[in-house]
Amino acid sequence: MTMNDKVQPTGHAAASAPPARRRFLKDVAGVAGGAGLLALGAGLYAKQASALPATAIRPPGALPEDDFLAACVRCGLCVRDCPYKTLKLAELGDRVATGTPYFEARDIPCEMCEDIPCVVACPTGALDRTLVDITKAKMGLAVLIDQENCLNFLGLRCDVCYRVCPVIDQAITLERIHNPRSDRHAMLLPTVHSEHCTGCGKCEKACVLPGESAIKVLPIKLAQGSKAEHYLRSWEEKEAAGRSLIGDQVELPVRGLEGKAYGDTRVGPADLPQVPDQAPAYAPAKPAGGGLDSGWKP
Amino acid sequence: MSAHVNAGAAPECQVPPTSVRGAALRGVVARPGREAVEAKGWLRAHKWLLLRRASQLGILALFLAGPWLGWWIVKGNLSSSLTLGVLPLTDPFLVAQQLVAGHWPYQESLLGAGIVLAFYLLFGGRLFCAWVCPVNLVTDAAAWLRRRLGLKGGKTPAGSTRYWLLGFVLVIAAATGSLAWEWVNPVSMFHRGLIFGFGLAWGIVGGIFLYDLLIAPRGWCGHLCPQGAFYALLGRASVVKVAADKRSACNDCMDCFAVCPEPQVIRPALKGVGQDHPLILDADCTTCGRCVDVCGKDVFRITTRFNRSE
Repeated sequence: MTMNDKVQPTGHAAASAPPARRRFLKDVAGVAGGAGLLALGAGLYAKQASALPATAIRPPGALPEDDFLAACVRCGLCVRDCPYKTLKLAELGDRVATGTPYFEARDIPCEMCEDIPCVVACPTGALDRTLVDITKAKMGLAVLIDQENCLNFLGLRCDVCYRVCPVIDQAITLERIHNPRSDRHAMLLPTVHSEHCTGCGKCEKACVLPGESAIKVLPIKLAQGSKAEHYLRSWEEKEAAGRSLIGDQVELPVRGLEGKAYGDTRVGPADLPQVPDQAPAYAPAKPAGGGLDSGWKP
Repeated sequence: MSAHVNAGAAPECQVPPTSVRGAALRGVVARPGREAVEAKGWLRAHKWLLLRRASQLGILALFLAGPWLGWWIVKGNLSSSLTLGVLPLTDPFLVAQQLVAGHWPYQESLLGAGIVLAFYLLFGGRLFCAWVCPVNLVTDAAAWLRRRLGLKGGKTPAGSTRYWLLGFVLVIAAATGSLAWEWVNPVSMFHRGLIFGFGLAWGIVGGIFLYDLLIAPRGWCGHLCPQGAFYALLGRASVVKVAADKRSACNDCMDCFAVCPEPQVIRPALKGVGQDHPLILDADCTTCGRCVDVCGKDVFRITTRFNRSE
């Protein structure tokens, strides 16, 4: 058979390849195809399942998720060196990349160790050792996500998230506003500042609501909008330049507000014109019988 | 020496009745290794098997002593570990995937991978498979049960599938920019599961057991596992080898072929096919030593690649 093949012109060699070679090619195609499909399936599964659930938080110093999945070998050394058993390795079925470390703040939050042992333990660089100051960590961003059930938004002084925050008065502040419901009290609203929040999740853990927390640590990508780069913030530009970029503005007097700082249009009782006792020159006629607006004030 | 090397010449009376060939002639289920037990005693007929199990379980115990007993001798798992706080060890298969995925790991990770790489390059790549990998316990159990139940047939993929898979694992790592194989890798998943908790990974391990038992004899370790293929590549020039140095005593009972996880590697050495010396140089040999155990004639022994004596 081989002899027959040899005498055939080379142009037809492919069409009538020896059975051994043909079988070999067929076998190789089958094996390579099978292996390729298996690997492709694994790759697609990995890609599809690599979306991290919003409540799963990576350890401090973790690379951005895409880079993290290239770097983390799932050895669990960070888990072993976490003194508070915060970190755990994802198990198959956890919706987090199998074997990678994460924590859930409502379960056990990060205690923000000063020496960051999990980062020190990581042999691969999936947790970046350039992070040496734990207050610079960006594990996520706390968001007061449920303003309907937050006790401070209801007018109470719970303040627990604010009190437990390791970066108190920077990452979370209490902003005082008027309580329109009672009309005579203040509300102190816990307010997160992304610049200082590390995403440790102690606020989420401490929230006194039963079940789900009103304040939650979310991935920064979920929690934060993109900055509008085209919008120059005049106050920031002014501070950076030391002066207004468009020069000093002409300050025109505003009638009735002459004694106030330029731009301050707030009106207090003292600013109201002192009405003399005499009747005004013109007063609208009151509807007979009082009407809807009786003009009564408490 | 090669005068003794042709098969089928041994008369039936010389073949032990419980051996693969003897049982086939009598139409009963074979008990490979039984003759060796009679000839050498149970302990000697299980020497390498016992040593291997001690190695596998011992390594596992070192990893488990920390979480179970608080003795932190070894931290981590087979993917990467730290022994006594100083010795880093990292799976070079993972570092290879990291590099093609575009991540350059820290030096201690590279050092750890270098140490592991050097060890297996020197002593034998697939020593990992036979002496360290926990999945070997599963597939060995499946192979044993298959022999005991006398299950025949099945559909086994070609042995080269694992090398293709190894190639594709690297391609997928590069394409996705992630360690994609680690999402499904039963080897690391099983070891990590034993130490850190399983989740649904039991399903994958059980799947491999059933696949090896019912569908493909020695299917996973011998034909599919890309990690085994990686270590086989490392073992091409390694030192520790099995030799059929007393092949003249072979009585063609076929027991070694029955227990060998890579039976194709035996023939060149035992029967002198394509080579003169009795060394098993095929990198697919896991150096498990089970052929040494089950041979009643003591044909095999574990030696170095430089020892070609018979």
